[in-house]
Amino acid sequence: MLSETTHIIPYRTYFVVLITLLVLTSATITVTWIDLSAFTVLCALLIASFKAGIVMKYFMHLKFESSLFRILVIMVLSIYVLVIILLFFDYLFR
Amino acid sequence: MNRMIMSRDMEHRDDIDSRLGMWVFIFTEILLFGGLFLVYAVMRSKYSHEFHQAALHLNTFVGALNTVVLLISSATVAMSITAVQKGNNKLAVRFLLITLICACIFLINKYFEWGHKIRIGLYPGSDLMITLNHGSIMFFSLYFFMTGLHMLHLIIGAILLTVITFRVKRLSINRDHYVLLENGGLYWHLVDLIWIFLFPLLYLIT
Repeated sequence: MLSETTHIIPYRTYFVVLITLLVLTSATITVTWIDLSAFTVLCALLIASFKAGIVMKYFMHLKFESSLFRILVIMVLSIYVLVIILLFFDYLFR
Repeated sequence: MNRMIMSRDMEHRDDIDSRLGMWVFIFTEILLFGGLFLVYAVMRSKYSHEFHQAALHLNTFVGALNTVVLLISSATVAMSITAVQKGNNKLAVRFLLITLICACIFLINKYFEWGHKIRIGLYPGSDLMITLNHGSIMFFSLYFFMTGLHMLHLIIGAILLTVITFRVKRLSINRDHYVLLENGGLYWHLVDLIWIFLFPLLYLIT
């Protein structure tokens, strides 16, 4: 059920989220300095995905929207992941 | 009929569906950039060594600075919504101005970054590019196309936010009617989201 309640998010939440994002950014840079060979890209991408999740959840208000929004986002991202998997199946085992 | 808000002048509006429409547009944008990330992924797996070498030419410091600038600008847009919800339009305008200043800093950084590459003759179709190996050509072409398309989105977002700032100042965006600010904010966060992935993939993969 879609409801019309407005949720006012305090400034402090945004500030904490911003600090978290900045810390994660420096973590990404640090990770690429340490040589983890094949895992470097994986680590950087995992941190980036986590950051994107935080941005969508708090800055884009997904946490406070109706579940319809979350379902749609999950569907779109699943389709994209599926496309990546199909592409690499085709590309690597050709 | 709870979803329809009828304001005093009997204006019909539906803020939730308005935001939903914006999200659907954002999905198309995600898939647009998604396609480019797919090209990047395939080319990177094909030319990993060349990509590694070519990425060394990018300035990590400028990339990191732009990341920080974009994150701050995203936070201030989000804060401006809180300010409007609390009825403090003056503070909202200030937050939006910080965002616009951040957008300008980003563009100035990009100007110097691209300007340096173009000065040394490194741009798609240049004489220098043709002499490079295929992997490097792919890397720099993707670099210019992806950051260029992102920059185009950033400029559009900045124009949109400028219009919104004037409306917040004029009080035509207020605590009862602020869905345009929310949608402008969503677009700005999309610009931020794309950069979150562009930064490690282009600047940090060395």
